[in-house]
Amino acid sequence: MAGNAERVKLKIDGVKKIYNGRTGKVIALNGVNLDIHENEFVCVVGPSGCGKSTLLNIIAGLDTPTEGAAYIDGKRITTTGVERGVVFQQYALFPWMTVLKNVMFGPRLQGKSPEEAKEIAMKYIKVVQLEEFVNHYPKELSGGMKQRVAIARAYAVNPEVLLMDEPFGALDAQTRTQLQQELLNTWEKERKTCFFITHDVDEAIILAQRVVIMSARPGRVKDIVEIDIPYPRTQETKMSERFIELKNKIWSEVYQEYLEVRK
Amino acid sequence: MEQKEKKSLLQKVPHWGWVLISFAAALLLWYALSVNPKTSRSFPFVPAIFEALQTMIQNGALGEDLASSMISVGAGFALGFVTSVPVAFLMAWYLPVRGILEPWIQFIRNIPPLAYVPLVVIAVGVGRTPQIIVIWIATFLTMAVTIYQGVRGVDNTLIKAARVLGANDTVLFLKVIFPATTPFILTAVRLGVSVALTTLIAAESTGAFAGLGMRIRALSNNYETAAMLLYIIIIGIIGLVLEKVIKFLEKRLTGWQETRSA
Ligand SMILES: Nc1ncnc2c1ncn2[C@@H]1O[C@H](COP(=O)(O)OP(=O)(O)OP(=O)(O)O)[C@@H](O)[C@H]1O
Ligand SMILES: [Mg+2]
Repeated sequence: MAGNAERVKLKIDGVKKIYNGRTGKVIALNGVNLDIHENEFVCVVGPSGCGKSTLLNIIAGLDTPTEGAAYIDGKRITTTGVERGVVFQQYALFPWMTVLKNVMFGPRLQGKSPEEAKEIAMKYIKVVQLEEFVNHYPKELSGGMKQRVAIARAYAVNPEVLLMDEPFGALDAQTRTQLQQELLNTWEKERKTCFFITHDVDEAIILAQRVVIMSARPGRVKDIVEIDIPYPRTQETKMSERFIELKNKIWSEVYQEYLEVRK
Repeated sequence: MEQKEKKSLLQKVPHWGWVLISFAAALLLWYALSVNPKTSRSFPFVPAIFEALQTMIQNGALGEDLASSMISVGAGFALGFVTSVPVAFLMAWYLPVRGILEPWIQFIRNIPPLAYVPLVVIAVGVGRTPQIIVIWIATFLTMAVTIYQGVRGVDNTLIKAARVLGANDTVLFLKVIFPATTPFILTAVRLGVSVALTTLIAAESTGAFAGLGMRIRALSNNYETAAMLLYIIIIGIIGLVLEKVIKFLEKRLTGWQETRSA
């Protein structure tokens, strides 16, 4: 397996998160423990409302845990940092900036000159194949194109860790498959540590080395499944026997949790 | 079948065609009012208006009134704008500011300016100062509320996205919150201009020496309806022109917006 580096990159240690909602306290996370290794691709699945986004926000430094802590390279996470790039489900592109300006935003904040920032931005815009659209505004792009820009923007600050919150959730099946493949290809080349949330079990298996299954709220880690399918993976991988085996296993575990939510 | 044909015929009329039709209809209505003995006194027809226009230009009143009103509106609106923007942002960000200011803004906003003009005049004396103050108050209230709602409505994920890309508070304000609020600021400007014009009459109601609003009152005392109608039309035209200017600004500054009403 690819696990040559067993160094822990992200450590989630006894994380509990309680929200004081209008209708009372909501326990979003109840003691989550998880180690993510350097260069590892981890997918998180679980029923809606089990605290996946909350966990991602805590790792990103956008939210603070009520108890416990998250660590990167052994350092406690208290705020955002450019070594942790985030891709949001709702694209979150700045609508008043062109594609180029969106992607340049991060490098410019890192103190790069406009020329340098533009060069970096163009490099990643090429990776996501949007050279023709550099001067377009987000409203002029399709959903898939917007998400490509968001991915390029996250890559442009050269993060060590990528945190993705259902990035392909709003896309049609075809675009989704295509972006999965692009992400796989990139990851196989760069091996950036990835924390990827999804509802789609197929997507989790095709991408990840490990799939983390979370329980219904209050969220905990219910199980972790090793995906022992070697890379490179393609869409044909989804037809393999092992894939289907793993899919059945994960799906049945996730399904139990969906039923929990229904109750 | 017949209905379908009719519909397509109506759809063929170009925009300027409707403008023309609307204009003709208004003229017709106006003419009808001017010949009806009951309303002819209030609505003298076009030739009388032109005559009034000539007189008012010749005796210098129109120029003086226009200048005076535009100075009041301009100064009052400008003050309203530069004060409402920071107040709106502070209200959106700091709970104490919001808690203390919001109830009063809502309270005063619904009081017609005409009601408190005399108090302002008694406080600061007659002349230009009370006019500017009244327009300032009215535009400030309207614009502060509009911009405040805009700042509060800024998409939180955009703020998150900027933070994870390394934005500090200053960058966040200048590069994200401010541009995200621009559409609301422009809406506020539009509403503010309209409020400034509608408040003008009230602002000039006491102790003004010139001005469109003051003149209308003076003319009404002498039943000079042609000149009055002329002034009313002029105020309307000023409003239309300013509206067009703001529309142009909106197109230039916020063309990136996802949803735009045509
Ligand atoms: N700011 C907040 N205030 C109050 N409650 C919140 C807040 N954010 C999240 N919650 C609650 O915490 C729980 C977990 O939310 P979270 O968004 O992490 O779920 P999720 O697993 O990402 O769900 P989904 O799959 O639908 O995105 C939910 O019950 C939600 O209502
Ligand atoms: Mg979520």
